[in-house]
Amino acid sequence: MALDIEQSYPLNNSPSKTGRLRSGQVGPAFSTGVLGRLVRGGVQNVVVRYGSIIALAVLWQVSATAGWINPAVIPPLDRIWDALVNGFVNGPLWRDVAISLQRAGIAFAAAVALGIPLGLFMGGIRVVERALDPILQLLRQTSALALYPVFILLLGLGETSKVFVIFWATLFPILLATIGGVKQADPKLIEMARVYGARRSHIFRSVVLPGALPQIFVGLRLSATTALLLLIAAEMIGANSGLGFQVMNAQYNFQIPLMFGAILLLAALGLVANSILETLQKRLCRWAPAKA
Amino acid sequence: MTTATQTLRGEVTVRDLSKTFNINGRALNVLSSVNLHIRGGECLAIVGASGSGKTTLLRILAGLEEADEGRVLIDGQPVHGVGTERAVIFQEPRLLPWRTVIENVAFPLEVRGLSRDEARKHARRYVQLVGLTDFVEAYPSQLSGGMAQRVGIARALAIQPEILLLDEPLGALDAMTKLTMQEELARIWREEKVTMVIVTHDLEEAIYLADRVLVLPKEKGGRIRTIEVDLLRPRNRSESGFVKLREELLSEFGLH
Ligand SMILES: Nc1ncnc2c1ncn2[C@@H]1O[C@H](COP(=O)(O)OP(=O)(O)OP(=O)(O)O)[C@@H](O)[C@H]1O
Ligand SMILES: [Mg+2]
Repeated sequence: MALDIEQSYPLNNSPSKTGRLRSGQVGPAFSTGVLGRLVRGGVQNVVVRYGSIIALAVLWQVSATAGWINPAVIPPLDRIWDALVNGFVNGPLWRDVAISLQRAGIAFAAAVALGIPLGLFMGGIRVVERALDPILQLLRQTSALALYPVFILLLGLGETSKVFVIFWATLFPILLATIGGVKQADPKLIEMARVYGARRSHIFRSVVLPGALPQIFVGLRLSATTALLLLIAAEMIGANSGLGFQVMNAQYNFQIPLMFGAILLLAALGLVANSILETLQKRLCRWAPAKA
Repeated sequence: MTTATQTLRGEVTVRDLSKTFNINGRALNVLSSVNLHIRGGECLAIVGASGSGKTTLLRILAGLEEADEGRVLIDGQPVHGVGTERAVIFQEPRLLPWRTVIENVAFPLEVRGLSRDEARKHARRYVQLVGLTDFVEAYPSQLSGGMAQRVGIARALAIQPEILLLDEPLGALDAMTKLTMQEELARIWREEKVTMVIVTHDLEEAIYLADRVLVLPKEKGGRIRTIEVDLLRPRNRSESGFVKLREELLSEFGLH
């Protein structure tokens, strides 16, 4: 147990290494009591949940320091960490994170603001959905990246085209999930509401919409992932700031640790975005039987 | 027994009702010239072979289905579409999964324009009536089949309907739960003084609950038969009169 906790430090890199480790070791002392069982259960959960990633981190660190792999290509984690800290303290990393978040955030927010209402409208009114579906199918089959040059042509190489290409790619998962969620509304529940005299608008609000919510969240989570994906692509082409630019730029300047740092930062952003949405979903869809 | 219920509201009259469905271009006559009178406060059971039109008849009474010919009168007034003097209980409980027990029971009251708090307050009585006080804040996914169906019944009763229409309400329950729920339905019918029309394929259930049992014919154009259940309540399933009626009903289906 204690070993596992120790191994997790290269990732967390807590400054109070030894102090924290001591408190972690208290666990076995309680092992007979209820508390002890709880602590052990918790540790066991952590090991099951994060064991593989900890092992990967350890393997990475060891093979890079021991020279099993070329540390010039894949530097050890502590050097990546140092590069990141340095980038934040002395370099422009804060600005890059901020601008990236802004681009992805604006695009995602716009996609939500348009996609959900439009999806509700299209899913709720059959004729509209049938009429617009062919266009929708065509547009969603067209890769957003393929359209990026078109957007650049139309909107210039500045912020607008970057935000727009992310918006474009994130819109469809949300839109399609919302339409799907609304269309999947249980006709038996709708009939039940009808029996009690509910009008169309009431049925939509209290039966169709809550029923579509889990599906909408699936779309939102997919969109959040897509937003980060497109963000990087957009920032690799004709940008001079942002995390995607940093990845490219660091590679160009042979700042390999910084490059990996930016990549890991992006992964972290994705994890954070997903967990925020997950928490929101758990709160709003408390009723739904939990699924993985 | 029935004299006291004579003056109750919730009287249903069905006149020359016909219904034909169109299945792949072929006309399927399900109900032809059905005439029926249900007294206010009566409990009528409808039995019949699968496909004989029980559900169709009930859905027309509910206003969920339009008859081709004939009409349905409730307390002398012709009905069009659904109405709040009628409530329907389906085979599945049809609860809103995102609402707790009490919120589900309160739902039709909110539809009627009561505020959330008022609706909840009123709903509580009906949750109590079906014995689910300990589960007011439970979600449907946390209930057993029988409990869920009881929530559905509470929800239907909460709007204080004159007429309760039930389509195989206990059909999906296990044998033991079913017996308990039959007693429950008998009690609710007695206490709430509603007209009850219950479709069932369980002949014992029909005899246990109903004042009259309507037997829909198997072959189209056949005659609808009615069997009076003149047994004292609460009924005993093993009593000789009960058993005799059961045999009589079985022979209606050519079974023994
Ligand atoms: N909406 C519909 N469209 C077309 N045909 C229908 C429709 N509803 C019912 N029918 C037909 O009407 C007939 C009677 O159906 P109904 O559901 O009333 O039977 P039932 O007596 O309730 O049978 P069960 O005991 O199996 O529930 C069936 O042959 C069915 O195919
Ligand atoms: Mg049926």
